[in-house]
Amino acid sequence: MLKELVVISGKGGTGKTSIVAALASLLNNKVLADCDVDAADLHLVLQPQILEKKEFWSGKTASINRENCAECGKCLELCRFAAISNDYAIDNIACEGCGVCAYFCPAGAIDLKDNLCGHIFVSRTPHGPMVHARLDIAEENSGKLVSQVRTQARALAYAEKRSAVIVDGPPGTGCPVIASISGASTVLVVTEPTVSGIHDLERVLELARHFRIPAIVCINKWDINPGISASITNKCEQIEARVVGQIPYDGAVTRAQVQGISVLEYDPGSPASLELQKLGKVVESLLNQ
Amino acid sequence: MNIAIASGKGGTGKTTVATNLAFYLQHHAKEDVALLDCDVEEPNCHLFLKSVCLETKKVILPVPSLDPDKCTGCGKCSEICQFAAIACIKGKVLTFPELCHGCGGCILACPAGALSEQEREIGTVETGTSGKIKTVYGQLRVGEAMSPPLIRAVKSHAQNGQINIIDSPPGTSCPVIQAVKGCDFVLLVTEPTPFGLNDLSLAVEMVRVLGLPFAVGINRSTIGDEKVREYCRNEKIPIILEIPEDREIASMYSRGRLVLESLPHYMEKFEKLYLQLKEVIPC
Repeated sequence: MLKELVVISGKGGTGKTSIVAALASLLNNKVLADCDVDAADLHLVLQPQILEKKEFWSGKTASINRENCAECGKCLELCRFAAISNDYAIDNIACEGCGVCAYFCPAGAIDLKDNLCGHIFVSRTPHGPMVHARLDIAEENSGKLVSQVRTQARALAYAEKRSAVIVDGPPGTGCPVIASISGASTVLVVTEPTVSGIHDLERVLELARHFRIPAIVCINKWDINPGISASITNKCEQIEARVVGQIPYDGAVTRAQVQGISVLEYDPGSPASLELQKLGKVVESLLNQ
Repeated sequence: MNIAIASGKGGTGKTTVATNLAFYLQHHAKEDVALLDCDVEEPNCHLFLKSVCLETKKVILPVPSLDPDKCTGCGKCSEICQFAAIACIKGKVLTFPELCHGCGGCILACPAGALSEQEREIGTVETGTSGKIKTVYGQLRVGEAMSPPLIRAVKSHAQNGQINIIDSPPGTSCPVIQAVKGCDFVLLVTEPTPFGLNDLSLAVEMVRVLGLPFAVGINRSTIGDEKVREYCRNEKIPIILEIPEDREIASMYSRGRLVLESLPHYMEKFEKLYLQLKEVIPC
């Protein structure tokens, strides 16, 4: 059966993408997916060659035909998102596309128009196929785009008879994260040993439990604060979220990023690379179970 | 005056800048200072400011509630709903409150008056204080997808005549837009790495689409490469703050301490930041 591992973190900037890039070079026979569609960065390390580009349409925006508009004020009265100005102009950013204005306009002067919100790409990388996306600026529905990237990645895995999908997830606990973990086999939560890191880790593990998805944890830069790292490990044991990796602070990670390659390719003997290799083995055995 | 601290990417130091700027301003600005934490999925400012919570308010979203006795199964409600939050299958109406945006369309469309509004809690807003700083933060219920209404609730605490610092969520889509919209100025915090640059350029596009004045702050400015500075030069974007990579800052941060509390020599950087902000923001 196809396994899907999603790498998430309550907080952004904990090292998700660097870890996914490392896993990409360690694991065989997988498809990669970048579901951090707001700030997609995996392509900066994996240098994908784009094979296919598809439009992503989602949601609607109201549009007033001024010739038919009788300026009766019904739309202004009914819109709950303050998206229509007193002179009957639609604020595209505030408009939720709920269609209430269009449905109740007595003059039939309002239409709902479909939004082109971004693009989905299917690419080839040195480490296997990859699905990624670009959400246009100020567009909504990143959750829906995340779902489409995952669907696309799974379809590709089935077509190419690959055994796993490795997903670089978005930060937070809201809509895009929910869309990226629902129905996944395992989540790998990346955290840092900081007071805010623990706070965010607790929230994201609660989210994984809420959706009944088994979670494993990796502490990045664990040696910045060994005391907090130890208490994270304790806390995780209590709630059966195993800590499967502790990666030391290592300047080679940033240097690799600047070169546009994973730290394993940049310096396979560096302290971070050695720990990432161990993490890769654990993840591999989990995916082969 | 509303100053938003934003960044395309998470983990660049938004919270560090927002909390330390508020800490600096409480002693040095004439106006009152409020810190509004709009990263409602992972609010962290209160951890660093050790805010004392004075009030917790539930934030609710109006969702439809069905009276089955009145429902005729006509399906008008599901016809108007653009979010698949209400369905009519073989004359039976089902509601999916998690998908509902609270537009109220189904209630207006129901000819039988079978739908009314009920309140659904999506999270809380906590107001409190930390020293002289007024602190407000939203906390989205875990498992809840709809953050923008909660962000609006946090922002409703911004008052005229005071300095409101708005800590934004990461990214460039609806939650961030909700946070930065209507602000007088946006400070985009980034790191001098390819990830930082990629996400900064997206954030720049976003603030340009919104037509907001902005500048850049570079955190961990001594790591990485020169590409972020080059980009800012080419795009004529002022860099108004640079904080070097400093293990002491990382260590203070890990313990939940403010930089200015423990490393007062950084005071000068925030003073300079404030003076530059005063210059660019019309009061």
